Order: sequence, then structure tokens, then C-alpha cells
Amino acid sequence: MNIQVKVNGKSYQADVEPRMLLVHFLRDVAGLTGTKIGCDTSQCGSCVVLMDGVTVKSCTCLAVHANGSSITTIEGLAQDGKLHAVQEAFWNKHGLQCGYCTAGMILTVTELLQRNPKPTAEQVRQGLKGNICRCTGYQNIVRAALAAAEALGG
Amino acid sequence: MFAAKFEYYKVNSVAEALQTLRAHNGAKLMAGGHSLIPLLKLRLARPAALVDISGILDLQGISVDDTTVHIGPLTTHQTIAASEAVARVCPLMAEVAGEIGDPQVRNRGTIGGNVSHADPASDWPTALTALNAQFVIQGTGALHRRVTRTVAAADFFTGALSTSLGEHEILTEIQVPVMNTAQHSAYAKMAHPATFFSVVSAAVVISMSGNRCTQASVVLGGLAPKPVRAASVEEALIGQDLTADNIAAAAAQVSNDLAGEVMGDIYASAEYRRAVAPVEVKHAIYHAAGLAHS
Repeated sequence: MNIQVKVNGKSYQADVEPRMLLVHFLRDVAGLTGTKIGCDTSQCGSCVVLMDGVTVKSCTCLAVHANGSSITTIEGLAQDGKLHAVQEAFWNKHGLQCGYCTAGMILTVTELLQRNPKPTAEQVRQGLKGNICRCTGYQNIVRAALAAAEALGG
Repeated sequence: MFAAKFEYYKVNSVAEALQTLRAHNGAKLMAGGHSLIPLLKLRLARPAALVDISGILDLQGISVDDTTVHIGPLTTHQTIAASEAVARVCPLMAEVAGEIGDPQVRNRGTIGGNVSHADPASDWPTALTALNAQFVIQGTGALHRRVTRTVAAADFFTGALSTSLGEHEILTEIQVPVMNTAQHSAYAKMAHPATFFSVVSAAVVISMSGNRCTQASVVLGGLAPKPVRAASVEEALIGQDLTADNIAAAAAQVSNDLAGEVMGDIYASAEYRRAVAPVEVKHAIYHAAGLAHS
């Protein structure tokens, strides 16, 4: 099936099998490998991207579902060589260790702060329920989310 | 993981969906895909064709009239959780929607897909049974005439991953009675920490006159192939003042309602689920009655 998907502002057109997952479209067709595949069963959140502004697990979404939509991956957050405030906060607060979950974490926090610009630590933890980190134990990730909220003026 | 090959049809109306179902034997409907895509990837389901109904505008959204909340089956859990109208007239639905899975699952997963999939460990079947919801179903009758029927929640869920939906039918609306000011509700669940699916859950809707319980609807989920109405608990509550002692005594009656199959699986044994059931029932009644958690 022929689909057209805008990824980080750039339009991609491809003839894909209906069974192709969005995450494979992003990684293999668009060549954007910042989005990771972790559990591949919609538990871990390392494949989270923004689809028309809301987070989705791209391992549990077909590429054909994204036809006509606008996707933001981790590669699309920085503007003009300047990191997004959430990326900056993860860097400053050491909100990562191995980095595998980081793209999903950052996109989830980005949506969280759009919905709730001034979250409590507990609300951050609830918001990150679908993102698993196996290195840091979440403390610095929560600190990063709260710092990003402050930087964004929440 | 890759699904087995399937043909894909995107439809834009209920009529088109029914026609496509009839034309392709073994075709499955897909909305948000959050029940079906995992099954496809694990190859536990291998339909020859998928009918993508996510674009049918008639099946989306929430409307409320004097007596009923009308919910389009394509409405996402997130939309229900964030709906002020739902929070006002049916707070149990808002509570349940906000606790499903995680934010990403709530963004994509739909109430209609959830109930049509009928996973015994999911939340909507339990809550909608307690709320005495009605399910409006369309199918095709003689001479290709459109046929509509309405099924009560108690009859809609027939077993694990089984509903009364026919192969060539589609769920077109879920109707939930508006709660009145005397009614109070709560949902309690012991969720598995890895999957967020319920190991045991309890949905409670009670009517109160002062502190006295005048009506009760108590339904358990997660522990049996389909939602279980706890008639013994309901009977023990009605006419009683909702004191801590009376609630505990009523909740203990739940063992009488679990004479049928209680599931044991990798998450919890049947024995464990039976032991947890009265605890979750008690918590739900406590919260519904506005008492402090104990």
C-alpha cells in the first residue's frame, strides 16, 4: 500500500506491506534509527514517537495507520542545532545511562509537559508509566522532567 | 516481530465495514489495534484480512442526554479519561479510563476495541457490567438489510476473549446509564506491575440514603473468564449502614460468588486470586462510600 508520512517535517512516500510496523518504517524506510525497539510488545516505551502531537508506541502501530499523519521522532526535537528543553534537562540532570530508553522517555515527557506544564514528581512518575529504564532507577529522569518543566516556564 | 501477511482494507462507514466483513471470510475489524496488533505479532491471530475502522467518524465521540452516556466505540481511553461530561455523569468511567495501561495505550486504545477483544484481565468489561451498560450492534440480515440489536453487558461478555458479537457484526455504540446523585462508585484493582492488567479488580456502584445502602452493583474482573457479579455481596450490603464492620462482612461474602471458574496463570494462582478478591471488593466499597482507605 502506498503511504505518505511526514516525519520531522519531511515527507516520505513509500509502498509498504500492510503488516509493516511504524517503528520499522521510521528506522528502515526513513532511516531514522533514534527510535529504538526494546520489548516489541508495547510494554517498554523505547519506541515512543509523537503522532499528530500525541505519543504512541510505534511497535504497536502499523505504518499504514500513520498514512497522512505527522510524526516527530527524537531526531526532530532539536531546532537549528539547539537541543529541546527536555533534551537539555536530561543532559544536565544525567537522566540516562545507556541511553536506550532515552528517546522514548524524552518524547513522553514532551507530551506530558504539553498536557500538564507544571507536574508534580508523582504526576511525572504516573506519566512515565509506559516507559521502562533498566539503568538509572528513574530518580534522575524525574528530576530531568521537573527541570524541563521549570525551564519551559511551567 | 512481524505479523503474518494479511490484506488491508480501510473503510469509512459502518455499511462499508459490514460489506467488507461479508466479502472476506475470517476478516477482523481493527480500531486502535492495541489488542489486535500484539496478537498479530505473536501470530496468535492470523486473519486473512484486516478491516481498519479507525476512520469511521460516526463511531467516535461521547454524547450525554438526560438518562444515558452514548459512547462511540472508537473513542480512546484518553478521551474518556479527559472528558468533563463523563467525569460529571459517570465518574466510574472516568476513573477506570484513567487507570488503563499507560499514556500511550490510552492514546491509541479504544473502548470498543477493548470490549470486543474481551480480555478477562482488562478493566472495561468489569466496569461496564457493574454500570449495566448496553451494547448496540449492527449486522446484516436477510436481503442484506441492516439489522440492529442491543445486548446488555451481562450477555455481551460470554467468556475469555469471547463476546456475543457475530463474525459479520460491528459494535456501533456503548450506552451507559447516567448516575444519579445518590449513586457512588469506585474501582479497585490489583494490577500486575509489568503489564498493568488486573490480577483481581472490583467495580462498585452503590446508592446511599444517608449512610444506608439502598442499592448495590458489585462486579469482579481479572479472576474469571468473564466479569462475575457478586450477588452475595450486593445482597449483604443492601439495607445496611455502610460502617467498616458491615462493609468487611459484606465483602467476605464474595467467596459465595466465586463458585465458578477462577483462573490461575503465570501472574497469580487461582487460590491467590480468591484470597485477594474480598480485599479488592472491600477497598472499592470503602472508596465508593467515601470512607478512608483501610
